[in-house]
Amino acid sequence: MQKKRSTFLFSMLCFGLAFLYVPIFILIIYSFNYSKLVPIWGGWSTRWYTKLFESPEVWEAVMLSLKIAFVNACFATLLGSLAGLALVRFGRFKGRTLFSGMISAPLVMPEVITGLSLLLLFITLSQLIGWPSARGFTTITIAHITFSMAYVAVIIQSRLSGMDESLEDAALDLGAKPFRVLLDITLPILAPGMLAGWLLAFTLSLDDLVIASFVTGPGSNTLPILIYSRIRLGLRPDINALATIMIVTVAIGVLLAAWIMWRQDKQRQRDRKLAAGDSLKHDLDD
Amino acid sequence: MEDTASQPSTRLQQLGRTLQSSWRSVVVGLPFFWLLLFFLIPFAIVLKISFAESLIASPPFSTLLQWGEDGALNLRILFDNFKFLAEDELYLNTYLNSLKVALISTIWCLLIGYPIAYAIVRSDPATKNVLLMLIILPFWTSFLLRVYAWMGLLADQGTINSFLIWLGIIDEPIRLLYSQFAVYIGIVYSYLPFMILPLYANMEKLDMSLHEAASDLGAKPITTFLTVTLPLTLPGIVAGSLLVFIPATGEYVIPDLLGGGNVLMIGNVLFNEFNSNHDWPVASAVAIVLLIVLVAPMMLYQRMQSRESAAH
Amino acid sequence: MSQAAETVDRPWLDADAQPFIKIRGMTKRFGDFTAVDNVDLDIYKGELFSLLGGSGCGKSTLLRMMAGFESPTAGTVHIDGTLMNEIPAYERPVNMMFQSYALFPHMTVAKNVAYGLVRDGLGKSEVTKRVDEMLDMVELGDFSKRKPHQLSGGQQQRVALARALVKRPKVLLLDEPLGALDKRLREQTQFELMNLQEELGVTFVVVTHDQEEAMTLSTRIAVMDQGKFMQIGTPTEIYETPDSRHVASFIGSTNIFQGFVVENKPDHVLVQSRRDDSLFYIDHGLDVQENAKVWVAIRPEKIRLSKTPPKKAGPNQLSGIVQDIGYLGRMSTYKVKLTNDKIVEITHPNQVRPKSGEHLADWEEKVYLSWEPTSAVVLTK
Repeated sequence: MQKKRSTFLFSMLCFGLAFLYVPIFILIIYSFNYSKLVPIWGGWSTRWYTKLFESPEVWEAVMLSLKIAFVNACFATLLGSLAGLALVRFGRFKGRTLFSGMISAPLVMPEVITGLSLLLLFITLSQLIGWPSARGFTTITIAHITFSMAYVAVIIQSRLSGMDESLEDAALDLGAKPFRVLLDITLPILAPGMLAGWLLAFTLSLDDLVIASFVTGPGSNTLPILIYSRIRLGLRPDINALATIMIVTVAIGVLLAAWIMWRQDKQRQRDRKLAAGDSLKHDLDD
Repeated sequence: MEDTASQPSTRLQQLGRTLQSSWRSVVVGLPFFWLLLFFLIPFAIVLKISFAESLIASPPFSTLLQWGEDGALNLRILFDNFKFLAEDELYLNTYLNSLKVALISTIWCLLIGYPIAYAIVRSDPATKNVLLMLIILPFWTSFLLRVYAWMGLLADQGTINSFLIWLGIIDEPIRLLYSQFAVYIGIVYSYLPFMILPLYANMEKLDMSLHEAASDLGAKPITTFLTVTLPLTLPGIVAGSLLVFIPATGEYVIPDLLGGGNVLMIGNVLFNEFNSNHDWPVASAVAIVLLIVLVAPMMLYQRMQSRESAAH
Repeated sequence: MSQAAETVDRPWLDADAQPFIKIRGMTKRFGDFTAVDNVDLDIYKGELFSLLGGSGCGKSTLLRMMAGFESPTAGTVHIDGTLMNEIPAYERPVNMMFQSYALFPHMTVAKNVAYGLVRDGLGKSEVTKRVDEMLDMVELGDFSKRKPHQLSGGQQQRVALARALVKRPKVLLLDEPLGALDKRLREQTQFELMNLQEELGVTFVVVTHDQEEAMTLSTRIAVMDQGKFMQIGTPTEIYETPDSRHVASFIGSTNIFQGFVVENKPDHVLVQSRRDDSLFYIDHGLDVQENAKVWVAIRPEKIRLSKTPPKKAGPNQLSGIVQDIGYLGRMSTYKVKLTNDKIVEITHPNQVRPKSGEHLADWEEKVYLSWEPTSAVVLTK
């Protein structure tokens, strides 16, 4: 009985992983297809990669997306960390319910609504005060910060509530003023969470199509907007090539991060053994 | 005597404390102000426009506040857009179809995701980390490109059809792409990690000795599952389902790329109403109604999240 | 011993002595919940004072108010003659050792210990000197470059202690200082802590739920319950002359008999049990009416157990049947069921190695219990 059940679980696991990965592998294989028609195999080739890099449009879109993602990640990390800090550490304050509602709402808000409402805001603003005069980099970045700071806030909140609060009390007790405590204790301990938040905000921004489509203006195509406009009409071998590059880059990044985390984990285990060994030796010496 | 000596320093300390407390208002104030300006006010604008009248002008809608001919300020709130939505069957059907697609996809995600999450929890620590990473990895790669990958698989001359023809199961390609079926596949594929991760988080906290206790007390595996595992993993099931259901209802990219206009979902209607028809008031009304439809699941999710963080 | 000599060690007996920590009317409410309820407390210089009580009794809140982490709803704290209420935690001349130790995980041992000195603006060489001294004192000189997670629990505890002491605080507050250590290490550390306190002369205030720990460490103990002090006294006073049933049963185990006063003289009281006619003779007077309802508490180790009946009938005698015997190694406990069905607990040290299965009395055997007039205490609440 036990055996049978784990066979079922195992096959579900294999099926699930195949479901997640086979489409991606097929996409990658077809990026090396010589044929112009994606589904028809015409032999191995890298010509779509060279073609891709010849297109200035693609380069512009890549640069714009990276720029937006970078600025967004920095601002979202700052604002999201402040928000998480306020929610976990400041107890009750005026407007807390509204604040926590606004922070977590973008997490579950359908993208079309967020996009539409921000576009309408930008239009209203430009009529009222003449800003933003044109939509593009600035408006997309603002829109991205608004929803990605919510994700950062969630990460920071969970890290803060897992943190021993008496660490901050201890620093106060040792004579550090509250702001000093924030710099010396809270921020360093939050740093890994902030890094994770930064990376997540960066990725979310690179990934976003719907909101960017709403708030962009003529001539400002982010990479997803460019890809979307090309694939709406059907399969394109150069997009397969582009997809392969993006997926491989991300995969390498994630694997690298996982490897670093794995090594830190090993190090921590070694440290724990070291500590245990010391106390054993100490006991025997007594 | 003691008090007079300490007076000046106390005052200095008070000043210092005022300065100290001002950074707290910055900590709350910055994100608060940002969200007020870029989240709450935009929302109010959508609400306002949904009560306006469509005009061929710039901006293409009427204002709610108008100076009447007698010089009085008139407030004009029109429910016409909402009436229009209610009367036109297209909108009603689209809302219903969106909910149906989201619901069925959620159920599929649960059916596939639950055993996977369970299998991950039951595996040994080293494998567990690798499996978790494999589940999370697609989440970091582009959503758009993952949907695109399915276009290649499902196309008339795509991988699946070619494979089936090669096997001799079919002679003619069957229509897979641009159908409701393709939309289901796309949503389940894209949102599966959102189902697995909350389930995993919930199951991992589960005490495995509970299963041993249940079987020790004479429960068969299926009974153990129904009476112990399922009720205890209910929070994970609800969280995962909401995380799939809510965004799936408002989904735009998947029905557009994989449904190809044959599957009407509310996100697409909103997008087209706004960008193709330039009917801002109707688009805003569509958004408001979508939000009303989703407000209950959204509140439920928020309640669960805050209870979760309170439990920590 | 003269009166003067006695008050050097016991300043709380000296009416002229100035308390080092003076708490008056201290109250802390969290919403509807009153954590600390209008307490007064004097702690003298050089004391090792324990706040003892179960969880939620308000002891930690009181400590946190001394440290400045919580501000009192009402009342005042003076430390060394200065009013502390308006002084923030980072300016108070007190330091705290936290229950979780609260060692900064991203700093080395040396950095942790130096943190408070650096905040005081001390020069680099001075900081290094004092940190080294302190680490040597807690025997962690070789570990200064390690991070907290590379240390064992006992070592972490000593770093926390060093970090709190290096600033030479007027008062050291310790929140469950030994709670996270295993039993053997705890006993060893208890004595280290006492030696250290004696050596430095710093006033220690310890919060603990462990009555044994409080008894071993303290010059005086305050037993707390529901935000109030039940009794304040030396360990001996608390143990031998508790003034309420709560204190008597919270500290160690005790047998409590309900009765009423039949005779009240300046040098003794006679109490009669409510359940039967047993009489209790206690060698101190009592400030109550005759016939008042009182309780008599007798510690298990103060009761003699014998198989032969006493030669002369009188008060302070009971008899019953042995119902249970527990062998605890250094002593044995006997549960004796009295004729009125009450169970009395008696402990007896195992001075000689008992032969297997051989006890002072056997199961179901009839035994006689007796005790000295000085052994019991009368409690009025």
